[in-house]
Amino acid sequence: MPASAAEAARSSAVELRDVGLRYFGRDGETEALKNVSLTFAPGEFAAIIGPSGCGKSTLLSLISGVIAPTEGSVLIDGRPVQGPSRKVGYMLQQDYLFEWRTILENAVLGAEIQGLPMAQARERAIQLLTRYGLGQFLHHLPRQLSGGMRQRAALARTLCTEPDIVLLDEPFSALDSQTRLALADEIGEILKRAAKTVILVTHDIGEAISMAERVIVMSRRPGQVKSNHPIRLAAGNERLTPLTARNAPEFNDYFRTLWQELDINVQG
Amino acid sequence: MSKVDVAIAADAASGVRRGVSPQYRDWLRRERRSRLAVRAVQLAILAVCLVLWEVLPREQIVNPLFTSYPSAIWPTFLQMLKSTPQQASILTHAASTILATVIGFTAAMVIGTAIAAALWWWNGLYRVLDPYLVVANAMPKTAFVPIFYIWLGATLSIYGMSLAISLFVTVLMIYGGFQGIDPNKIKLAQTFGASKAQILVKVVLPGSVPTLIAALKVNAGLSLVGVIVGEFQSANLGLGYLIQYGGQVFKMNIVMTSVTILAIVSSLMYLGISWLEAAVMRRR
Repeated sequence: MPASAAEAARSSAVELRDVGLRYFGRDGETEALKNVSLTFAPGEFAAIIGPSGCGKSTLLSLISGVIAPTEGSVLIDGRPVQGPSRKVGYMLQQDYLFEWRTILENAVLGAEIQGLPMAQARERAIQLLTRYGLGQFLHHLPRQLSGGMRQRAALARTLCTEPDIVLLDEPFSALDSQTRLALADEIGEILKRAAKTVILVTHDIGEAISMAERVIVMSRRPGQVKSNHPIRLAAGNERLTPLTARNAPEFNDYFRTLWQELDINVQG
Repeated sequence: MSKVDVAIAADAASGVRRGVSPQYRDWLRRERRSRLAVRAVQLAILAVCLVLWEVLPREQIVNPLFTSYPSAIWPTFLQMLKSTPQQASILTHAASTILATVIGFTAAMVIGTAIAAALWWWNGLYRVLDPYLVVANAMPKTAFVPIFYIWLGATLSIYGMSLAISLFVTVLMIYGGFQGIDPNKIKLAQTFGASKAQILVKVVLPGSVPTLIAALKVNAGLSLVGVIVGEFQSANLGLGYLIQYGGQVFKMNIVMTSVTILAIVSSLMYLGISWLEAAVMRRR
């Protein structure tokens, strides 16, 4: 395969090359990530799991360009990241909707900051919000909406700038468990249908297996890639949603494997 | 799931009023009654104070020379409408005080917000100035009245006093508000590539509106204090001057009438700010 290197560079949406990150503080430096090399293909849905504090959220911040690595490089579509890019959308752990803006005004925030044409952005935002069942709430304030609705509004805000790559940082962790399952289902479907490259960070093994095509396990700090697990669930003739995926026979096997990989010790 | 969400939100939005049960009507009535009771007690306290103020000096239980009477205030006011010790109507005195207060208060808000924004923008600046700000805020500003008088002259020293007394607390409050903005909201804006100016205008300032209003409330009172204290020293116009003069010549009618007008001015300022707060907070 002679052209493979160039080919790989072109066909990977996101690539991390020997990325390391250290935080500096007065009492010393903390190594958050060490020698992380990963590639994500366009359209791939990958999940990253790891013990808390292993730097998995930091990884997303690096890809989004909000922080820069101390070692190595991050590439998007083969080009080094030099700050936040329009190609990347980032969903944080909570919705962080601005309480002084209506749902629609919140949804167009990104477009506003990026200086995109606002008329089109508004139209796109209205379309997305309507599709996510928020059509009646365009001019409501965030506090008038439930947690699930707010998170869907946050998704609309992320997708309104039309990113190719979507980073999800435990986007369901602040929700109650029913809403969480239903919303994971919904958002997973939306993103797969839109053929986005998705990188999901979660501490929920079930969520990772049921949503992603590949699960990456990270080690304790300093975070390193421990293992890669392609997920294939017997789909039968219909496509599995994150909810139905949990009933697939392989689900439990994957769960057990990943649990052991994670090597979680509860210390008293 | 989304249907359930919609139903819940619609319910919350349209209010509980739809099916009014007798229990709810009862509850509303009890609510109303307790509200009225609070109002009644508030008025009663005021009435008792006024009656005591009228009766005690009349019965010679306290010396009327020290207290004047509430009933003397209206006639004094009418008399002072025509002329006061400085020949100006009491309304001119009041207007002068109010103008100085509004100037001091507006200047404190504008300059204070600008300084807070600068401190937010350059963290190094904040780290350098922090001890100075804290000490300046802790200083009894009234000690500077004579200095301001010498430096700034009669009129400007009043504005200066009003500004000095409210500026530092404004800076500290608003900067504190800026610091209290959820860093994740800032991070969110950054993920869209927001510049520092965009973060200030779209996240930090609108997110600090409650702090700005709180600062407004504190300042309304402080600016008035600054103006009155300034007038004690240097004015020949203003309510502060009238109070000082009335005290010196032992005309408590003048003092009490001026203080009553001050009370009314403070209440009006408070009402204005409450109204502003309600208008702004309706969107939150």
